[in-house]
Amino acid sequence: MVSNELTWYMILMSSILINNIVLIRFLALCSFFGVSNEIETSIGMGMAVIFVMTLASASTWILWYTLLLPLHLEYLRTAVFILVIAGLVQFVEMYMKKALKSLYNAMGIYLPLITTNCAVLAIALLNIDYNLGFVNSIIYTVGVAVGYTLAIILFAAIKERIALSTAIPMPFRGHPIGFITAALMSMAFLGFSHLFGL
Amino acid sequence: MSLWKDFTTGIIRENPVIVLMIGLCPALAVSSSANDAFGMSIAVLFVLLASNIIVSLIRHHIPDSIRIPIFIVIISTFVTAVDYIIHAFDMELYASLGVFIPLIVVNCIILGRAEAYAYKNNVFSSALDGLGMAFGFMLTMVILGGIREIIGNGTFTILNYQFINLGEGYNPALVFIMPPGAFLTIAFMMAAHRKWLKK
Repeated sequence: MVSNELTWYMILMSSILINNIVLIRFLALCSFFGVSNEIETSIGMGMAVIFVMTLASASTWILWYTLLLPLHLEYLRTAVFILVIAGLVQFVEMYMKKALKSLYNAMGIYLPLITTNCAVLAIALLNIDYNLGFVNSIIYTVGVAVGYTLAIILFAAIKERIALSTAIPMPFRGHPIGFITAALMSMAFLGFSHLFGL
Repeated sequence: MSLWKDFTTGIIRENPVIVLMIGLCPALAVSSSANDAFGMSIAVLFVLLASNIIVSLIRHHIPDSIRIPIFIVIISTFVTAVDYIIHAFDMELYASLGVFIPLIVVNCIILGRAEAYAYKNNVFSSALDGLGMAFGFMLTMVILGGIREIIGNGTFTILNYQFINLGEGYNPALVFIMPPGAFLTIAFMMAAHRKWLKK
């Protein structure tokens, strides 16, 4: 559990390794299994997630503490956050297409996929649930996104090898063996639990 | 006959979790006990049924170009309602589902059914489609949660009724109620579905 008492280093370690968003907390699984067939695309996806998640967390945090909370509109949280995130992604995509052509070519195709990525909304909500301050919530978000990138790159690397294998029984080909791989990775990440007494 | 088909496709042939691989995050995250899995699927059932009915009712008034934001607003309204209802009536369930209740809003099952089915069909068959999909989700969740709870804890409990209790002599394999167990169980469920149920 992350809180304001932890140092930035602890927050990063906790979000990247100990509570890895994909392998321990089960968020963002759709893109984790969907966009991990090649290392190259998973790196692009990871970068796009780091970028969008940080932007989304910052804007939802500001919105919550400057608008929703003072006006006692807490019950609109889910609706407002999801619309802000969807709008933000659209806006970023349009801006990138016009002003940052090379960046757009690198991660543009992944941006629409991120709107439906539940991790972005989850982290925006968790920042509020954990009562994190602005700086801490940005650190936490970056850590979570880096954890996602780490997990998806490792998974893509293993999947590239599995694709070459012919020893896998027919019913397990494709996704089931992917889930078993994820189970083994998850066990490895469980080894990090209680690191630094967290 | 076609009404019956509306209802049953979601349960086995197009089971959302096992076949379509959507709604995976909540399925894996809250299935460490059968009771949480059941509670989650009731919440999804309510949201899916209500949003399918409303979308289908107003489908002639929705401008095509902004239909997705409208669906999202409708869905998030019901999700907020469910969030507050669970908070009011079952604090224990609320604590164990946690952030996954508001996350029902980005559950692809619900937006997917609004877009692919309710937007094009009448109210009655949309409601049946929603029920069928939700039962498919519920069946998968309870089986997944049940397997994990029986192996990992030696019990099977839904709504305070204990159906199975393996007793003191059973030495539970704790890994099944921890994260790796979810991945492992769903992998075997998928493989079994492919081997025996797919035509």
